[in-house]
Amino acid sequence: MKNRAETSGIEQKSAPPAGGQGFVRLEGVSKRFGDVVALHEATLDVRRGEILTLLGPSGGGKTTLLNLVAGFLLPDSGAIHIAGQPVTEVPPYRREIGVLFQNYALFPHMSVAANVAYGLRMRRLPRPEIARKVAETLALVRLVGLENRTPRQLSGGQQQRVALARALAISPKVLLLDEPFSALDKNLRGSMQLELKEIQRKLGVTTIFVTHDQSEALSLSDRIVVLSEGRIRQVGTPGEIYRRPTERFVASFVGDVNVLRARLEEVDGEAAQIAIGAAKLAVPAGTLRGCAPGAPVELFIRPEQLRLAETGDETACEGVVSAHSYQGGHVDLHLASEAAVSGRILMRWPGTEAIARWPVGTRIAVACAGTEAVAFPASPS
Amino acid sequence: MRKPRVSTWGGVAGAVVVAAILAFVLLPGFVVMIAAFNARAILSFPPESWSWRWFAKALAYDDFRAGFRNGLIVTGWASTIALLVGAAFAFVLDRYAFPLKRTIEGVLLAPLVIPHFTIGLGFLILAAELGATRGFAVVVACHVVLVLPFVLRSVYISLRSLDQRLELAAASLGAPPGRVLTTVTIPLLAPGLVSGWLFAAILSFNEFTASLFVTAQRTQTLPVAMYNYVREYADPSMAALSVMYIVATAIILIIANLFLGLGKVLNVEESR
Ligand SMILES: Nc1ncnc2c1ncn2[C@@H]1O[C@H](COP(=O)(O)OP(=O)(O)O)[C@@H](O)[C@H]1O
Ligand SMILES: [Mg+2]
Repeated sequence: MKNRAETSGIEQKSAPPAGGQGFVRLEGVSKRFGDVVALHEATLDVRRGEILTLLGPSGGGKTTLLNLVAGFLLPDSGAIHIAGQPVTEVPPYRREIGVLFQNYALFPHMSVAANVAYGLRMRRLPRPEIARKVAETLALVRLVGLENRTPRQLSGGQQQRVALARALAISPKVLLLDEPFSALDKNLRGSMQLELKEIQRKLGVTTIFVTHDQSEALSLSDRIVVLSEGRIRQVGTPGEIYRRPTERFVASFVGDVNVLRARLEEVDGEAAQIAIGAAKLAVPAGTLRGCAPGAPVELFIRPEQLRLAETGDETACEGVVSAHSYQGGHVDLHLASEAAVSGRILMRWPGTEAIARWPVGTRIAVACAGTEAVAFPASPS
Repeated sequence: MRKPRVSTWGGVAGAVVVAAILAFVLLPGFVVMIAAFNARAILSFPPESWSWRWFAKALAYDDFRAGFRNGLIVTGWASTIALLVGAAFAFVLDRYAFPLKRTIEGVLLAPLVIPHFTIGLGFLILAAELGATRGFAVVVACHVVLVLPFVLRSVYISLRSLDQRLELAAASLGAPPGRVLTTVTIPLLAPGLVSGWLFAAILSFNEFTASLFVTAQRTQTLPVAMYNYVREYADPSMAALSVMYIVATAIILIIANLFLGLGKVLNVEESR
């Protein structure tokens, strides 16, 4: 037996990945179902020990990518490596991966302990060792005392933990989770997210997590892969994805965003000057390649990057308050504005004072509060 | 779900109708049961005096004893073979796409449409051709064809309701295909397999029409023996045999129900 991770006894079996490549590596992997391209030429490195989230709308190809890594599907083209070994042709039962299914897929004819022991039995470990690992793993997911229940006798959250324990008990090289929390209510989901992150850190297991919930992705991930229509749109840390989206789709899918009509003034190396009303803003030039100065652009700016224009501020645009919505910690202020592509602007205020200060119908001037924004060429509609 | 409420009069009328239907369904069985205890050697209702002697006679009658034994042999073989063949076909139908799938499915379910006497006659002609009219083989083969659709259906329904993600989960945990089959698929299909077998066994044991064609003196099953008996005699030993029949079937179903649940035995239960 190799060294054990301090307390848990669940070790991360892994040969060091070859030459600084990803621990899980996809190279130009494509998968079609008839005419549907579920995944197109995906190239991706998952780093050892990280939580990488696949984020995207339903039908984007997230499950397909996960199934390809698990070996449940064979790619039409491309190669997959795990821990430096090519696994493209390796069947799932020899890949040493842990999978958490959306519906948990617990074996209904086995007790909790037998479910968790299943992978260990398949590895023909000696009985005492199986018993020890089962106990350790159940302790890890805080399920001690439920060993002899059957899955039907457990709540949704408990079933989830059993499924996690079953996947972790085999010390998988990679842990795959497909929208594991989507069936749980909001409070439970939050605490399960935290707990998963804690367990993942403790074990250091390389994890690929699938979700269509952007806030879950932002809070849980080391890095996020945005997938839509079978293509990888952007890979980056949550901060990068939220603050510096490189594609229009990413900017509008992740987080709330205002899309304002603006104009490109000039491009200066990596930065582009954007004029919006009387205000000027520097944004990354990368997303505006091919745009000439003077061209109309669309500025994607987060609600928290906007504020009320005060005297001396350069006004970006104006709008009329059309609705407030109280969110507990803050108030969302909705403005009707010509400057926005959708005709609506969303702003945020901490506290509740905004409701009294700017009743519906008030005309207000908006300024940029920060410089975090990205611009894309105006859509040709 | 909430059911719509019924007025009191509607409720009473409903209860009467239900009771009438139940009585109608149970009436023949009830009449025969009573007739079995008639002390006199006639099939009459209601009897004037009572006795167990027809039970003793039925149990001692050689043709019935042989018929019972033959029936068990035929039923055992036929439902087991039908289960193996039917389960394999159900598996293939559920898991694979192939040309003529619909057609093959149709052919396998055809015995539901073709009358039993046609199937019996067909096997009789074939057996005569092969010179095998006196053996068990033709009886068993005939019964396999008769019960196959029921087994196929029973296993197919169970397979459809089996969540294939359970098999994927097992595979991801390191189970090669053979072990997935033995540790996950078959245990979860067990109720469907047992109910399929049981259903086939009951059908086969009771089958008369086709059996009349394909059995010989040496291989005749209990229903055929009873038919031959009733052509010559009309005493209550037939009724006594019926009572034993009903009791035995009921006991088997009760046992199956204890282990599987009646919904599963009859395969009418929605699975989760
Ligand atoms: N087994 C399948 N057969 C046919 N089409 C499929 C199959 N699995 C996925 N698809 C299609 O591939 C696309 C990607 O699906 P999927 O990977 O499940 O997306 P996601 O998990 O992001 O919602 C969808 O258009 C879906 O309809
Ligand atoms: Mg999916």
